[in-house]
Amino acid sequence: MAQTAEAPVTPPPIRDERIGRKSPLARLLARPEAGAIAGAIVIYLFFFIIAPPFRNASSFASVLYVTSTYGLMATPVALLMIGGEFDLSAGVAVTSSALCASLFAFEFTTNAWVGVLVALALSLLIGFINGWIVVKTGIPSFLVTLGTFFMLQGLNIALTQTITNQVSSPDISTLQGFSSARAVFSASWTIGGVSIRTSIVYWIVFCAIATWILLRTHLGNWIFSAGGSPASARAVGVPVARVKIGLFMAVGFMAWFTGMHTLFLFNTIQSAQGIGNEFVYIIAAVVGGCLLTGGYGSAIGAAIGALIFGMVNQGIVYAGWNPDWFTFFVGALLLGAILLNTYIRRRAEASA
Amino acid sequence: MSTPQNTPGGNPRHAKDPAQAGTPAAGTAGLRKGNGNGNGGVPLVRLVNAGKRYGAVIALHDITMEVGAREVTCVLGDNGAGKSTLIKIIAGLHQPSTGTYEVEGKAVTFDSPRQALEHGIATVYQDLAVVPLMPVWRNFFLGAEVKKGVRMNIAFMKKTCKDELLAMGIDLRDVDQPIGTLSGGERQCVAISRAVHFGAKVLILDEPTAALGVKQSGVVLKYIIQARERGLGVIFITHNPHHAYPVGDRFLLLNRGRSIGYFEKGQITRDELTGLMAGGAELEQLSHELESAGGAAADIGHVLSEEVQELGIHHEPSAGSDARISQE
Repeated sequence: MAQTAEAPVTPPPIRDERIGRKSPLARLLARPEAGAIAGAIVIYLFFFIIAPPFRNASSFASVLYVTSTYGLMATPVALLMIGGEFDLSAGVAVTSSALCASLFAFEFTTNAWVGVLVALALSLLIGFINGWIVVKTGIPSFLVTLGTFFMLQGLNIALTQTITNQVSSPDISTLQGFSSARAVFSASWTIGGVSIRTSIVYWIVFCAIATWILLRTHLGNWIFSAGGSPASARAVGVPVARVKIGLFMAVGFMAWFTGMHTLFLFNTIQSAQGIGNEFVYIIAAVVGGCLLTGGYGSAIGAAIGALIFGMVNQGIVYAGWNPDWFTFFVGALLLGAILLNTYIRRRAEASA
Repeated sequence: MSTPQNTPGGNPRHAKDPAQAGTPAAGTAGLRKGNGNGNGGVPLVRLVNAGKRYGAVIALHDITMEVGAREVTCVLGDNGAGKSTLIKIIAGLHQPSTGTYEVEGKAVTFDSPRQALEHGIATVYQDLAVVPLMPVWRNFFLGAEVKKGVRMNIAFMKKTCKDELLAMGIDLRDVDQPIGTLSGGERQCVAISRAVHFGAKVLILDEPTAALGVKQSGVVLKYIIQARERGLGVIFITHNPHHAYPVGDRFLLLNRGRSIGYFEKGQITRDELTGLMAGGAELEQLSHELESAGGAAADIGHVLSEEVQELGIHHEPSAGSDARISQE
């Protein structure tokens, strides 16, 4: 005992020699996005070599467009996952929001923007309810959002059928305010003969904002801690419950935004659309380095994860392969990413 | 560890019987070390006859204890002795059902840990101290981030974190490494220096050495001394008398929610402390019972009572003190 205590009386400053030895490459590999960046380069080169149409700028623009529709949602889903939760309802929530906007505006013959705002309120409410149930009951978000996923899916199809007697929402392109809403949510520009959709710009902007929040603001600190060790976070005064509810609402917000983009691009929405997309968002986040258990990951990683998904999605078509193989490749990518992430986390968590 | 044993002015005082603890004499305890709290020797934290019931369960009964500036009060007890209930009361998670809780001489009622924190009472939990995957500096300022406009003042936080850890004797080359890469002892110390930085006057350390090896425990004990030298009051919860004795100025022993002794350093030896923790009184009781049973059991009883004598934990203390073991 006395010996125990005497040892540190002459204190050599405790140095962590491992830090000095870390090479720049090791530092890069320790970033959450590292695996995704390497994967994205490999997959780009792969399709660049085997699929000649992939090399065109216009093809790449369409890869980016597909990427952006998933990437928009992958961003808040990644934040939510860093915050330690899932949202399985994210895929159908996009459709719910678009259906709500179009049905409300069409049935009540309002300005398109009224429908847009009602849909925003609904999406935020769905996010709030998901988050509120999760933090109040402590039930895993996987189960809670699995429930809301099925409820929304049923509502989407049943309500659309009841109201319109069809499986899709009515065409709203004749409504007032439609063109201005389209200009905001679904415009496209032609640059050098290549058509670029605004969703790509929005995706990059939202990803940048999310990254800034994560790394530069106290909110980011709170998100990491809420996922990494909620009990510790609570003990030092982080409002973990509010952070988590906020993250679910951020997913709701982006579901609304993505829904509006789709709605004003096609004028109408299929009520069964969006099912299965929640997994794409989660895959993008995980491939991008987010830990399923929370507390680790990045928004940029999720963007790269979405890009990998977009490249494979389009690359298979450009390579002239049977698209039936697509999900096989996505599954393999996911498994590879998870193995890599587990390895990285073990290294990060390994203590002396 | 010579410092705590020869604390200047550390006159042995009589152990307080809970029944007398409310008298003004108890209030002068802080004077022993004098200058620390600048508050006329009023203890920073004092519980008087505090108890806690959860429904019909009496988790804590009639506990009296205090800690002043530049003092370490150790709370010892086995599992289920009521240590966690005691911390929760002091940390503001629970309110005592009976008795009073005073901070700097004034009776207080805390509704939340945050209120306790505002009074300078910070708790460092054994396993809740940090978020392993987050960098050291983010952990350090978690929940109390320094802002520059909307965003965080990262450069300032990194520098402050490095400096504060250096003041505690931890020289980290890189405060950006995940705190999970630090050793268990260092992690505790980051949590301690964080509490000190954010103006804690009293630190409650919940079993900081429980999960640590011998060497790491030593590191943590060193930081407890360091915190005391910086003028803080420390409440050190542990079940290990070997960790408590070298750093402690007072010792509160708990068993089944009751105090089985409250001592100044000068009133008890390490062996006596160990014996009490090992349940000396119970062993003694057992030996008497066996002896009175006669036959072979009596022989075993003799052996037991001899062991109790050797450990120095028998009921009649050798020197002086009359109220060494305060009992109900």
